[in-house]
Amino acid sequence: MDQSKIRNFCIVAHIDHGKSTLADRIIEQTGLLTSREMQAQILDNMDLERERGITIKAQTVRIVYQAKDGNEYIFNLIDTPGHVDFNYEVSRALAACDGAILVVDAAQGIEAQTLANVYLALDHDLDVFPVINKIDLPSAEPERVKNEIEDVIGIEAQDAPLISAKNGIGIEDVLEAIVEKIPAPGGSPDNPLQALIFDSVYDSYKGVIVFCRIKEGRVKKGTKIKMMATGATAEVVEVGYFGAGQFIPCDELAAGMVGYLTASIKNVKDTAVGDTVTDLENPCKEPLPGYKKVNSMVYCGMYPADGAKYPDLRDALEKLKLNDASLNYEPETSIALGFGFRCGFLGLLHLEIIQERLEREYNLDLVTTAPGVIYRVYKTNGEMTELTNPSNLPDPSEIDYMEEPVVSAEIMVTTEFIGPIMQLCQERRGRYVSTEYIEASRALLKYELPLNEIIYDFFDALKSRSRGYASFDYELKGYEQSKLVKLDILINHEEVDALSFIVHADSAYERGRKMCEKLKEEIPRHLFEIPIQAAVGGKIIARETVKAMRKDVLAKCYGGDITRKKKLLEKQKEGKKRMRQVGSVEIPQSAFMSVLKLDDD
Amino acid sequence: MRELSIYIHIPFCVRKCLYCDFLSAPADSGRIESYVNLLLQEIKKQAVFYGDHRVVSIFLGGGTPSLLPAADMGRILAQIRSGYSVAEDAEITVECNPGTVTEDKLKNYITHGINRLSIGLQSTDDGELARIGRIHSYGDFLETYRLAREAGFGNINVDLMAGLPGQGMDSYRRTLERVTALSPEHISAYSLILEEGTPLYGNQSAYQFPDEDEDREMYELTGRYLAEAGYSRYEISNYAREGFACRHNKVYWRRGDYAGFGLGASSMVKNVRWKNPAKHGDYAAYVENMGRQPGRQPDADVAAGTEAVWVSRMEQAGADEVQRLTTAEQMEEFMFLGLRLTEGVDPEEFQRMFGKSMEEVYGKTIAAFERRGLLTRKEGRLALTLRGIDVSNVVFASFLF
Repeated sequence: MDQSKIRNFCIVAHIDHGKSTLADRIIEQTGLLTSREMQAQILDNMDLERERGITIKAQTVRIVYQAKDGNEYIFNLIDTPGHVDFNYEVSRALAACDGAILVVDAAQGIEAQTLANVYLALDHDLDVFPVINKIDLPSAEPERVKNEIEDVIGIEAQDAPLISAKNGIGIEDVLEAIVEKIPAPGGSPDNPLQALIFDSVYDSYKGVIVFCRIKEGRVKKGTKIKMMATGATAEVVEVGYFGAGQFIPCDELAAGMVGYLTASIKNVKDTAVGDTVTDLENPCKEPLPGYKKVNSMVYCGMYPADGAKYPDLRDALEKLKLNDASLNYEPETSIALGFGFRCGFLGLLHLEIIQERLEREYNLDLVTTAPGVIYRVYKTNGEMTELTNPSNLPDPSEIDYMEEPVVSAEIMVTTEFIGPIMQLCQERRGRYVSTEYIEASRALLKYELPLNEIIYDFFDALKSRSRGYASFDYELKGYEQSKLVKLDILINHEEVDALSFIVHADSAYERGRKMCEKLKEEIPRHLFEIPIQAAVGGKIIARETVKAMRKDVLAKCYGGDITRKKKLLEKQKEGKKRMRQVGSVEIPQSAFMSVLKLDDD
Repeated sequence: MRELSIYIHIPFCVRKCLYCDFLSAPADSGRIESYVNLLLQEIKKQAVFYGDHRVVSIFLGGGTPSLLPAADMGRILAQIRSGYSVAEDAEITVECNPGTVTEDKLKNYITHGINRLSIGLQSTDDGELARIGRIHSYGDFLETYRLAREAGFGNINVDLMAGLPGQGMDSYRRTLERVTALSPEHISAYSLILEEGTPLYGNQSAYQFPDEDEDREMYELTGRYLAEAGYSRYEISNYAREGFACRHNKVYWRRGDYAGFGLGASSMVKNVRWKNPAKHGDYAAYVENMGRQPGRQPDADVAAGTEAVWVSRMEQAGADEVQRLTTAEQMEEFMFLGLRLTEGVDPEEFQRMFGKSMEEVYGKTIAAFERRGLLTRKEGRLALTLRGIDVSNVVFASFLF
């Protein structure tokens, strides 16, 4: 393979600016696929991804392009996840590329994620060229957007292809631009093997399939390899490249190529994204830069609604983990919910995806507790513990102080909404950093925000207070000391461990009150009165009461229609099954997520 | 011989009341006539199935059955008498609404052997009546009641409702006073239930309903007041003077055999339940096809039909929701239907019927409700307490497996 005829690239864009659609068109027009093979969006092959219109796991495809210069080029299009939860995966996928296509919506222009992704690409020394998409929209302003790209990002945009990925307009220009503007890969096949892992999937026959970019050297069947960070070793069974939706074996992968290898590896833990693969017998001197261990940012408890399904949940998590090294879990027990798992995720979206997959693919009915971040608890005896489950908070007398994670956030917003957005950040204990005007009508607000203030509904609040115009990106900044307390909920005088959460002392009263109100709505009336109380450190700070059920009686069974009445009773009985019994009170499963909905109004 | 009760559904009314979700609608005389003809056919064709039954009660319900010409009523009852064995003392009830019967019609009813009249009054407050869309006034009721007594009816039920929009304790008490002053033999007093799909349900914010506490106070007042006036509660919503409990009503709760004829009517015979089709066209086809199915059992076998025979018979005929009750389902029904009766359920009968003790099957549930004061033992039987009646759905639901 002539290295000069290879182009390794990705597409970066703000969500909804048309990344996946452009990828589809590129694949179509390079002619390796018939229309029949085309799924609606080839790169997003998980159902969930299609439904949400986002890419969760990077997929990659090798295609062949017959360029106008008469040569045949190999394109490796590396897809990148499109959500801030997966920033590290994005960075590793970018590191596998030599260039990037920047897609910008001709009507909306640059958004927060556009910037975040472009800067990420530039940080990885990628050659970036822009294309202006959706030029067929009536509101398209390609000239304005070109200027914006030049002004804000500082890359040449005047000759950017004007396209409509949806309608197949201008795709040829994009393909030619890939050949011209994206550099051929460097590296030498004669150097010791140095390959970057940018993704992996688990296959029950082949074991882990490692997606990698060969930076130096070569790898083929029989090569003994070593993962430099995890230290795992294995013997390569198969190498190949990515067809559309299938793995196509080949003899060898050499410097500059993108492909996969299998080596009967049993666990994705051994093939961490960002790790360097080298030849065990002829290793490279240094691993590739940029590897880091991915840490969970958000934790929650997951319990089977039916306690007997605990082993099923364990098996399902095990299977998901085979494919998702960033999912962490360990068993825990709750007095209210029984046996379950404390699970760690990259972010709330990641959490929701796992939850939905467990429910859909594994048919599990789950009770999920409110997600929280990892707090650092410094004890008076000098120890520090990381707290992922509020119930494990040590006695206040043992706590010296606590720290919470803080993020640096960038919010892109049209100037008319600066006021409401600043107010929102203020409410969420944000610390103002700066305002930068992108152009007369748009600004980039920078704030430092506690992570626990943004994991639930910050994004929704942002959208609603800016009528959808604000966009948002963040990265972890570090830990800061904070005045935190544990808010406990007592139902019928019994503390319900699964409802406890950590909150800033200043908002404890407000949150406690709202939580009680919310639970009052959620908990159905019982035969007796049920007090709902919020407490901090044993002191009650709010109370609501679910009144006793006064009346629940059937009307007449007219003309002996017993079946209809029985159906009503059955419905009542079914409803009861979806409840968790805590003491003598039945709590609906949804109540355990109540804390997420406190800001609905 | 097994006892049989017959229910006949007349799905016609002058105008639909705002709270009504029963199968009923206004109709012209042509429509009524063709419906009566279908009913007669159905009764006739089915007679062969009930050779080993003796009819102990007949109930013509609706709708407003009194809209039928008296002659039609006579034809229906004659059809039953010609094909079925009807007990000499059978209770034969017709439902009527005030203002829909004349002196002649009522006398005709007596001639046809109808011996019980159920009058839908609901309230003696004309404002309350108008708000729920009733077609009559309190005055109309008084007139109908007088005519019925004059015609010779010695067993009259009056239907009442509590929890009506704009109804207060005072007006409800007045209704009880006025009605008991007339001394009907039987009083049914229901709480208004807002059923989905009714105009009252859809428009509930426009009305002022008594709250739950008032509703329960009304219920308690009903029991107290009627007891003083000589009526005892024999079922959650039914009160009667000594010897006048409605035989037909009790059949449903005691799980006796009953055959329902007419549109959408429900039946249960030998622990098989089914429903007639609820659409006119389907019902007509059902009646027409009845008895034309190939491979029918010889009549003699059919008459002595087992449960399995009933299932295949009704399925072949095209009935809806044909269901042979399992032992578990029979136990559930035994409890949640039987407990509607003030006398409650008899553990010995349970044992006889199912070969298992009630204690063994439901002991834990019963004990829990006894502790909470919702169930109580009365002379060896198990019954709801007053508080248990208030929340009877909770109790009943827990007897489902």
